[in-house]
Amino acid sequence: MAMLHEAKNIGSSSAEKHPFDVDKIRQDFPALGLRVYGKPLVYLDNAASTQKPVSVLDEEDRCYREYYSNVHRGVHYLSQKATEAYEQARRKVQGFVGAARPEEIVFVRGTTEGINLVASTFGRGRVEAGDEVLITEMEHHSNIVPWQMLCEQTGATLRVAPIDDRGEVILEEYEKLLNERTRLAAMVYVSNALGTINPVERMIEMAHAQDVPVLVDGAQAVPHMKVDVQALDCDFFVFSGHKMFGPTGIGALYGRWDLLSAMPPYQGGGEMIRSVSFAKTEYAEPPARFEAGTPNIVGAIALGAAVDYLQGLGLEAIRQYESGLLDYATEALSAVPGVRLVGTATHRASVVSFLIEGAHPHDVGTILDREGIAVRAGHHCAQPVMDHFGVPATVRASLALYNTRQEIDRLVTGVAKVQEIFG
Amino acid sequence: MSELMDLYQEVILDHNRRPRNFGQIEGADHSAEGYNPLCGDQLTLYLKMDGDRVEEVRFEGQGCAISTASASILTEMVQGKSVAEVETLFEAFHELLTGDPSVVAVVGPELGKLAVFAGVREFPVRVKCATLAWHTLKAALSDDGRAASTE
Repeated sequence: MAMLHEAKNIGSSSAEKHPFDVDKIRQDFPALGLRVYGKPLVYLDNAASTQKPVSVLDEEDRCYREYYSNVHRGVHYLSQKATEAYEQARRKVQGFVGAARPEEIVFVRGTTEGINLVASTFGRGRVEAGDEVLITEMEHHSNIVPWQMLCEQTGATLRVAPIDDRGEVILEEYEKLLNERTRLAAMVYVSNALGTINPVERMIEMAHAQDVPVLVDGAQAVPHMKVDVQALDCDFFVFSGHKMFGPTGIGALYGRWDLLSAMPPYQGGGEMIRSVSFAKTEYAEPPARFEAGTPNIVGAIALGAAVDYLQGLGLEAIRQYESGLLDYATEALSAVPGVRLVGTATHRASVVSFLIEGAHPHDVGTILDREGIAVRAGHHCAQPVMDHFGVPATVRASLALYNTRQEIDRLVTGVAKVQEIFG
Repeated sequence: MSELMDLYQEVILDHNRRPRNFGQIEGADHSAEGYNPLCGDQLTLYLKMDGDRVEEVRFEGQGCAISTASASILTEMVQGKSVAEVETLFEAFHELLTGDPSVVAVVGPELGKLAVFAGVREFPVRVKCATLAWHTLKAALSDDGRAASTE
């Protein structure tokens, strides 16, 4: 279970060594000092994307100024420096998610590309007409559409494990849907729309009991908790850099070595080959096989800096701090008459999704914006989740390690302003 | 706060709470769906024509206060108007919404009740909410069978 897994990390946490000083942490993020419409910014749209610490910004800048060149090609000094830094970033990501070896980490543009890569290589090689792919009802569109496309192309069927009204996957239903036709299961670790932390360890176990490989969408997990892909025993794990304080346009796919090394390439081009002739091309071993063309070198290096930043604070310390903050936000918003929370799973991270009676989320978003509060209003790229709850949209406040209780108080004041206008 | 008050004028809030001409028309001559993928606003507009003139127009759907009020006021405004008059009115409305926000909107008398949307120009991301019903009306009138979209 996820909780057991988290419990394991408490001992190794740096929380005791460094108390979690959020005021000091906020100084690391230049954007948090912004004022919008004359008011100090309250940034609560972290599930969409996070702000960046100085260390990430500096590393990006330093790379372009001091050690930039193309990687894996040149014999010259700069190319060697850039290659070393790029491969070091891969090792940082390996350590970050607990992969057995760095070759199991493929740099991609983000979660979406990682899922598409697996769907169109591993998936295409495995899924045939009459087969099934299993996902859950709470997936982000990025973990629905690639599988839908795969099913359309192959004649397979997409199966969907339902959620209950708290926003938790109904495990019995999920288990029932796993059968001998299931070729792959894909699920979100932490829901971007509801904040639900899925019991992925258990879900992977159930899938493996039927020899079904599992892809975990970890985009909303990695900024908030320690992830260990070997402890989870997942086959693929994908996440984006920009949601964990790194740059946009970079993310990573973890794939078990035996699976990756048997997979055909994703895109063809330079970098991914061993030798090319017009008669035959031999492909490189992973991860190069899946990194055709010049990669996002600086993005990967800056993602490495984001990993350093998170590990410096301590993932367990972050989890504990955010857990207290989420409880505070949940209680504060629940206490407001006319506010209804959407998604009340027992285990949640980061997200409070809510509705204000008589006010459409889009209007709420506009009014909060004028108060300096950035939230997301909409379907959060998870329309099936909205359909389940029978709402077109919600207001979503999503927290990160730099948010404070004072900011939650400002959100609650903002909600009162909405009610004043729409009362 | 004053910009918010300009946006959420009482007339708009009232039409949001109690949308006029809400529902279907039995035996409508034309209908069209409108959709704003950004925020999930969606509505269906029903039209009954008398030659070149709009005899009756109704709508249903769900959306934010701006899009709901805009649809509601639209149904009041275009009743009895010719297709050409509707087009002229939409043009004037569009100009009101997308004009330079630093210039105070000049509200011509032809806009009538639509003048309450003048505050929208301060909120560029909300212009699509205000125009959704109008794009949908245009689609219904042209009847090309395609859903109107703000994207």
